[in-house]
Amino acid sequence: MAFIAYSMEMAFSVKNVEGQKKTDFDFARTENSGRLGSLMTLLAFLLLTGGVAFRALSAHRVPWGNMYEFSITGAWALSGGFLFGIIKYRLRWLGVPVTFVSLLTLGTAVTVLYRPSAPLVPALKSTWLAIHVSAAIISGGVFLLANAVAGTYLILDTIESKGPRPAWAAKIPSLEALDQLSYRLVAFVFPLWTFAVIAGAIWAESAWGRYWGWDPKETWAFITWVAYAAYLHARVTIGWRGRRAAWLCLFAGSTFLFNYVYVNIWGTGRHTYSGL
Amino acid sequence: MGPRGEFASRPHLWVCAGDLMSATPELETKGLLRWMWRQLTSMRIALILLLTLGLAAIPGSIFPQRSQNPMKVQEFFTNNPQLAIWMDRVKLFDVYSSPWFSAVYLLLFISLIGCVLPRTFQHLKALRSKPPLTPKYLDRMEFYTPVAEPKAKSLDIAEAWLKKRKFRIRRDVDSISAEKGYLRETGNLLFHLSLILILVAVGVGALYGSKGEAILNVGERFINTPTSYDNLSFGKFQSEGSLDPFSLVIADFQAKYDPATNAPTDYSLQVKLANPVGSKEVTKTIKVNSPLTLGSTKIYLQANGYSPVVTVRDRTGKLIFHGAVPFLPQDGNLTSSGAIKIPDMTPQVGFVSTFLPTADRTASRGAFSSYPEVLDPRLLFSAWKGNLGLDSGVPQSVYRINTSKMVRIGLKALELGQSYDFGTGTITFDGWKSWVNLQIVDDPGKMYALLGALLAILGLISSLFTRQRRIWVKQADGIELAGLAKNALPGVKQEIEELAKELKG
Repeated sequence: MAFIAYSMEMAFSVKNVEGQKKTDFDFARTENSGRLGSLMTLLAFLLLTGGVAFRALSAHRVPWGNMYEFSITGAWALSGGFLFGIIKYRLRWLGVPVTFVSLLTLGTAVTVLYRPSAPLVPALKSTWLAIHVSAAIISGGVFLLANAVAGTYLILDTIESKGPRPAWAAKIPSLEALDQLSYRLVAFVFPLWTFAVIAGAIWAESAWGRYWGWDPKETWAFITWVAYAAYLHARVTIGWRGRRAAWLCLFAGSTFLFNYVYVNIWGTGRHTYSGL
Repeated sequence: MGPRGEFASRPHLWVCAGDLMSATPELETKGLLRWMWRQLTSMRIALILLLTLGLAAIPGSIFPQRSQNPMKVQEFFTNNPQLAIWMDRVKLFDVYSSPWFSAVYLLLFISLIGCVLPRTFQHLKALRSKPPLTPKYLDRMEFYTPVAEPKAKSLDIAEAWLKKRKFRIRRDVDSISAEKGYLRETGNLLFHLSLILILVAVGVGALYGSKGEAILNVGERFINTPTSYDNLSFGKFQSEGSLDPFSLVIADFQAKYDPATNAPTDYSLQVKLANPVGSKEVTKTIKVNSPLTLGSTKIYLQANGYSPVVTVRDRTGKLIFHGAVPFLPQDGNLTSSGAIKIPDMTPQVGFVSTFLPTADRTASRGAFSSYPEVLDPRLLFSAWKGNLGLDSGVPQSVYRINTSKMVRIGLKALELGQSYDFGTGTITFDGWKSWVNLQIVDDPGKMYALLGALLAILGLISSLFTRQRRIWVKQADGIELAGLAKNALPGVKQEIEELAKELKG
């Protein structure tokens, strides 16, 4: 237990270091600190892998039984995805928002959401837990990433309308590329989100006797699905680009976040299990 | 939506029939109807309907819904009577079956059908025909690449090159028009048609299905007839005779708890099933994630709790009531509350009761249960006499007593085996049984919904990950190449560069 908490702490303190380094304006030093940041993210990712794995071992099950566990797994998936992005797509410029988000997630996980590991309640004992939750966590991570890109787009667009790009933003791709990237991320992960919802429906059928019942979590998953469907249609059919598309992307992403936070903590539906 | 010209300049966009029509209404009725139809099937309206559907779903997640938790709706009515009546009028407690929610999704589906069906026919036609003619001026198209000094028989080489890459080819005298990635539109149409299938499946389930619940104590027998249920609802086209003729006996129920957190770890229900009634009984196990399946009917273990067993005798010692009374769990440690109603005495008697499986007590909280298993049970109650109001015609909860026409005659906590004398008789706390809540559902539309969902994913994947593009080759002074990427996925540029290299003399 202590090891997990410790590795969490380590993970986010090094992320913190990286966050500071990345905003370093000194151009000559940025390359090095950027590399250091990536290295730190890698270290954090490895520690998180250990944290999540030990949690699974100590609870004798997949580590997705409560919100603390979703959060650490989510942060793990986000860092993993980001590392992949650094290698494959030169996404290092996204370091600040990404590490900030995982820092926030881990911070709330360790302080507010922490629960000692315990066996699953009977309703969660199903192979669908692994399938449904992993699909939802990955989709959520990519949605957040798309939101980070869309947010960056909006900020840079505002800045660029007033004058040239400041030095700290020099390494961030062009506005068109950002616009395109957030679309690609959503288009890539939308089928997975659809799958997560369907897997949830199949599980609900075997656990609750109906595949769809407008439980608050289901309702918000549906709203998120509809919002992203609208985003994809707006882009592909009526050609939305730029600010409007970015705002719609942020709106859709916020319905996902709302679902995660509101329904888990204040909601009353069947997705609320004892102790978050 | 803008005029026609806007689409001509954005050929990569997906459009619907309604998008290509003029936006100004014609004046005659027929024209007006046609205009409305075009509006409905235009992408802009479809998009607005889609977003409206998302927004319309929100209130159902904020206010309690009758379909999920009728008790919460009752509570809302008690707390805000004025507001609740007004909200009920606009169906805010039945959002997902309300006329306005139905209107949005029905309009959306009509719009979808109006868009997808014509496109399906178009696509079927396109699948059987050659790609469209090569445009006259390629230099106005994207990826325009002139090849100055091409090889001889460049068109043949280009045709072979494109054929090898499985393009569909239209070969004319001095040009080639080639297209690839039809799977994108196929997937797109499959996805949208699957959504229609899912909607139909939901409808079939609602019209031809049935759903009911029954609370049964361990040891009780359940025969699948309408009177055995605590509540039962049928689809419009389904009748009472359609219930599967089975019976089951609740043989045993085991709940296991984690001693550290008191959280349940396993529920296991054994039933003796006779299907049809009267045939040889077989023992089956039902768990939370593994219902018992009988054809299209499934039996689910939904909830469980305790039923204290009590005996009530009158002053002469005559047996008035003996049995297990189901109580509703109130917390994780199964503090359970309920009502023991004795209408067959004069005056009538009722006990507003709480059952504690493992009794504990602190000064601040009073008596409570500290563990969900029965280790040290207590039956706490206040005894009332008077009129239970059972024949007033108003349906009553079996877990509550309307004490408005009664007087309280005593308060008592009983240990196992103890009795209490309430004046006109005695009540004895004999023991307890577990009860289970079985949900019995027949949904004949389910399999179609699953099929629709799987096809939808398949369609979605092929429509989002297939690159649809056209490549044109034209013989002029030299060779001219151009292309069109129908979705934003990259790759056309490279293909054209490769082809240009191939053709270079």
